[in-house]
Amino acid sequence: MEKLSTGVAGLDHITDGGLPTGRTTLVAGSAGCGKTVLAVQFLVSGIEHYGQPGVFVTFEETPDDIRANVAAFGWRIEEYERDGLLTFVDASPEPSGAETVIGHFDFSGLLARVGHAVSKTAAVRLSIDSLGSIFDRYDSGASARRELARIVTRVKQMGVTSLITAERLEEHGGVARFGVEEFVADNVIVLRNTLAAERRRRTIEILKMRGAGHRKGEFPFTLIGGDVDASDTGFVVIPLSAMMLDHDSTTVRISSGNDELDLMCGGGFYRDSVVLVSGATGTGKTLMATKFVANGADQAHRCLMFAFEESHSQLVRNASSWGIDLRSYEDSGQLRIISRYPEADSLEDHLVAIKAQIDVFGPDRIAIDSLSALDRVSTERGFREFAIALTSFLKERKIASLLTTTTPSLLGGDSVTDAHVSTTTDSIILLRYVEVEGQMRRAITVLKMRGSQHDRSIREFLIDDTGLRIGDPFQRFTGIISGHVGPLRDSAGD
Amino acid sequence: MTQYLLRLFVSGQSPTTRRTIATLERICEQEFAGQYTIEVIDVAEHPELAEQERILATPTLIKQLPRPVRRVIGHLADAEQVLMGLDLLHLDEPMDRHDDGAVPRSEQAL
Repeated sequence: MEKLSTGVAGLDHITDGGLPTGRTTLVAGSAGCGKTVLAVQFLVSGIEHYGQPGVFVTFEETPDDIRANVAAFGWRIEEYERDGLLTFVDASPEPSGAETVIGHFDFSGLLARVGHAVSKTAAVRLSIDSLGSIFDRYDSGASARRELARIVTRVKQMGVTSLITAERLEEHGGVARFGVEEFVADNVIVLRNTLAAERRRRTIEILKMRGAGHRKGEFPFTLIGGDVDASDTGFVVIPLSAMMLDHDSTTVRISSGNDELDLMCGGGFYRDSVVLVSGATGTGKTLMATKFVANGADQAHRCLMFAFEESHSQLVRNASSWGIDLRSYEDSGQLRIISRYPEADSLEDHLVAIKAQIDVFGPDRIAIDSLSALDRVSTERGFREFAIALTSFLKERKIASLLTTTTPSLLGGDSVTDAHVSTTTDSIILLRYVEVEGQMRRAITVLKMRGSQHDRSIREFLIDDTGLRIGDPFQRFTGIISGHVGPLRDSAGD
Repeated sequence: MTQYLLRLFVSGQSPTTRRTIATLERICEQEFAGQYTIEVIDVAEHPELAEQERILATPTLIKQLPRPVRRVIGHLADAEQVLMGLDLLHLDEPMDRHDDGAVPRSEQAL
């Protein structure tokens, strides 16, 4: 089935290419969930990328309101109108409101206007926002359903691909308020805006797509203003299934920034791999991330570092105590450090911001310290989606990535983050505290190294003023990783 | 002299449309004989006029003159309701006094 791009990359992905050509798609959602933005973006994308003119029928807001409201996304509505590429049909309430209803009526006047606008503009796309509200103005009772069906049927005959929004009264229950919208439209998309664990969570779900494939389930989305330095603006859907496992893999190795660790990994990290470093607080994760980007910058790799636990100046100061001058890398343009407070944004917005930075800076290496700091601002489910979306994006772009996660307990244990991220990462390195003979010592081991031999021993390491120094394996103990250390029983003595 | 200018937006030539037109003519003949003009506009033929007047529903009756402009939507079943909706119900007795006031004002507005 032929489809038209919606202008929202993530939505095109979950609809397998966009909205079916020549059909009607209903977008139902409660107030404030972004229906109007999506309806406008559908037209703007057609005009900007495909030269397809559009008609926008507005029932609630005036065209002036819409022009003003979407200006923040950087869409040049007035310009398109001047060029005859976009026409508004203003069906918003008359300010005077001096209308009296006597006897039966239908909406042929509206349909005549829409048909006129479509032929005058040679429109390929049509957005109607929002259909149900016309029936609030005219108390037509039972005929609302019949009229609604008639409007949708007539729109189908106009030969355009249409997006019709409808109001939902509540997040669960019927798709839309009159109970017939979902039956008269060919396709149904539901937008939800719910509060989960005190966090706003917006999701999109394809409920029905007649005769065409689509992805099942709810996907998070967010709305991004055009002032953000991003490739995506407006309605941004985060597809979780974007992960395609057909990435070509490389055999080229890069250094982790630590020679002994490179040896443990069988010669360094693969250039396109995602490495997870898991450890309790103070075990040296930030150090490892810093070394990783400094090593990259030394070899003229472009490096991007996201800090969610420390400020920019803290990071620079810590690095200088290990003999690394981050500022000089920044000055030469090899390194960009972005320090953000996790609570400053929702997880979806963080993800979009990270992607935007990657698009703009085009890094060869990325360090994120730490991923687990972000699980504070989300539900567990939201975080899992975020982690999968992020790692699949990094793999798609073939960027060498080092992600750190903090384990909640000092000894042993793993974190929520580990569980969600570990299956999508190529390598896992564990940093652990070990209590041995009354001392806190540190241990490092390479748990997983996809596609390569690696050192399976658990080694002791120290942190000094040159960084991380890896020493000999802990040979006489067991239970180091689980946190229950005991002496290794000599098998010869048994 | 047209003192009452009424525009009726309809859709197509259905029996209901014809009945609505007939009802309107009967009301006007009864109340404003010789003083009215009715324009019937089919939205299917003149969608640009429907756009100009922002018509949504048909039939829509617009009283252009005398001012203020009033709209009535629906098949005009009840004459009294139509006159009330157009703000013309109580013009019968004090017609002469209104003549003096209303006509020059409407001409200015035109």
